[in-house]
Amino acid sequence: MTVLSVRGLTVRFRMRESAPVRAVTDVSFDLAAGECLALVGESGCGKSVLASALLGLLPGNAETAGSALLAGAGDDPATDLIAADEAILARTVRGRRVGLVPQSPAAHLTPVRTVRAHLTETVRRLTGTRGRDALRTATEAAAARVSFPAGHLDRHPHELSGGLAQRAATALALVGDAPLLLADEPTTGLDRDLVDRTVDELRRHTGATRALLMITHDLAAAARIADRVAVMYAGRLVEIAEADAFFGTPGPRHPYARGLLDALPERAFRPVPGRPPELAALPAGCAFAARCAHADTACATQPPLTGGLACHHPHTAPADLVHPPQAAEAPGA
Amino acid sequence: MLELLSLTAGYDRRAPVVRDVTLTLAPGEAVGLLGPSGCGKSTLARVAALLHRPDSGRVVIDGEPARGYRHRAPRAQRTAFGVVFQQPRQSADPRLRLADLIAEPLRATGRPEGAADKAAETADTVGLGSDLLGRRPHEVSDGQLQRACLARALILRPRYLVCDEMTAMLDASTTAALVGVVEEYRRETGAALLAVGHDRVLLDRWCDRTVEWSELGSRHDGLATAKPPAEQSPSVR
Ligand code: SF4
Repeated sequence: MTVLSVRGLTVRFRMRESAPVRAVTDVSFDLAAGECLALVGESGCGKSVLASALLGLLPGNAETAGSALLAGAGDDPATDLIAADEAILARTVRGRRVGLVPQSPAAHLTPVRTVRAHLTETVRRLTGTRGRDALRTATEAAAARVSFPAGHLDRHPHELSGGLAQRAATALALVGDAPLLLADEPTTGLDRDLVDRTVDELRRHTGATRALLMITHDLAAAARIADRVAVMYAGRLVEIAEADAFFGTPGPRHPYARGLLDALPERAFRPVPGRPPELAALPAGCAFAARCAHADTACATQPPLTGGLACHHPHTAPADLVHPPQAAEAPGA
Repeated sequence: MLELLSLTAGYDRRAPVVRDVTLTLAPGEAVGLLGPSGCGKSTLARVAALLHRPDSGRVVIDGEPARGYRHRAPRAQRTAFGVVFQQPRQSADPRLRLADLIAEPLRATGRPEGAADKAAETADTVGLGSDLLGRRPHEVSDGQLQRACLARALILRPRYLVCDEMTAMLDASTTAALVGVVEEYRRETGAALLAVGHDRVLLDRWCDRTVEWSELGSRHDGLATAKPPAEQSPSVR
C-alpha cells in the first residue's frame, strides 16, 4: 500500500534582491508501507527543504508546485501535504500522520522540561489520554517502546547522553502512531555504533505498516537500513534504486551517485571534482555536467527521470573501466 | 615535534575528562585520535592547540614548553596551530562575510596588509569560489562554511593542524575533499596533524597511525592500536 505519493514537487524561494533559489525541482517518488527510502545527497542539495515541504514548515517566501499525497487511513481522508492549510497540518497531520525524528534532539526538546513532561504532553495531545494514572502509564509505555530507561524520565534534555536524547526524540515521534515517519538527518554527530543503533531502531519501528523516509548524508546509515535509495543533486532526484544493487553490484548508474560512493574512505576516498552549482543559478541542462566526465552536447538538455535514472550517459554494468574502485590513492597515502 | 606530556584537563578540577595523557606528534606526522563522543578527546585537542589550560602536565612545541594558553599564549606559539572544529556554525561569527572570516587571523595578529588577497587565495585552495566570499555564514551550506573555517585555519601557515571532528557533519564527497586539502597543505609545508574523530575507517585512511582514546593515559602507550609498521615512529610514550 502506498503511504506517500510525491508528484512533481517543486519548491522555490523568492529572494528580495536576487534570482529565486530553486531548492527542489520536479521530484516524484512513492513510498510504500513497510518500506524505508533513504534520500541522500550533499549538504545544500535540497533534501532538507523537501522534508520541510512534507511537514508544511516552509518559510513564507517559498513557492511550491506539485503534490505530496499522504494516503488516508481509518477516518482520515487522503491529504495533499503541499496544498493543505496550516490549521489542518498542525491539528491532524504533524505528529499524528507524519512523525518527525529531528536532526538535533537537543534542539528539538525544550531545555527546561523533563523528558517525562515532553512525553506526557505529546501523549495527551495526540492520543487523547486523560487522567493522571492513565497518562503516567501511557508515558512510561511510550518510553519503554524505544527502550528509554524509566529511571531517566525525570531528567532534562541536557542531562542525557546523545544516544538517550535521540531515543527520547524517537519516542516522541512514535507517540502518534503515524503511518509515515520522517527522519531528517537523525544520526548527525553520533558515534558509529550509536548511528547503527539509532537507524536499526527506526527500521524496527517502521515494521510492516509504516513507511520511513530517512534524509541523510550518511551513506553507511542508508546502506544499513534502506530498501531503496534516492539520490538528490541540485534539487532533483537523479537516481532511485534498490539499496542492494546501489551499494553492492552493479552499483549506482548515475555518474554523481558513483562519485559519491567513490568518495567514501572505505572506497577510493576521492571527492567528486568541482562543486555543486548555485541553486539560484542552475544551468539549463544537466546540473552535474560541469563536474561530469561523461558530459557531452546531449547533456545541455535536462535529462528526464526515467526508469529511476536521470542521465543521458549512465554507467552500464558490468565492468566499470572509467572508475575502477581502488584506482586512486587516498590523500596522504 | 609536538609533545603532550602527562596532561590532565577538564572543566572541573575534581572531575578531569583528560587524565594523565601523553601523546607525541613526530615532525610531519598525522595522528588520528579515535574515541566516542564525550570522552574528552576534544578537550585534549583544545589543550594541544593552546586553547585550554590543562590542570597539570605540559605541552612542548618543537622543544619549547608552552608559555601560556588561550589569550596568554605568546603569539608565536599560538599561531603555530590551525584548528578546525566539528560545527562550523558555532565557530563562525555570523556577522562576518566569508572573506573576513577567513582573514580574521591575519587581522588578529596585526597583519591586515594584503589580507583580502590572501583570503581569496586561501579560499581558492580549499575549493571555495570567489562568488561565495561576500556571503555571510547563513547564506552558505555547512560544507561551504566548513571550507571557510579550514581556510581560516590555514591562512597563517601553521606548523600543526588540529582537526576536531572536522567532517562529522559533512557528506562523503565534501569529507574527501577537505581531507584532500589538508593533505595537500601538509605535503607542501610538512605540517603535522592531530585528527580527532569517532570514525575509524576515516582516521585509518587519513592518518599515519590511529590511537584509541581508551588506550591513552598513564597505563598505556597508545601504540597498541597504531597502524602496522611502514614508518612507525616511536612517538607515543
Ligand atoms: S546527463 Fe550528461 S552530464 Fe549529466 S550526469 Fe549524465 S552524462 Fe553526466
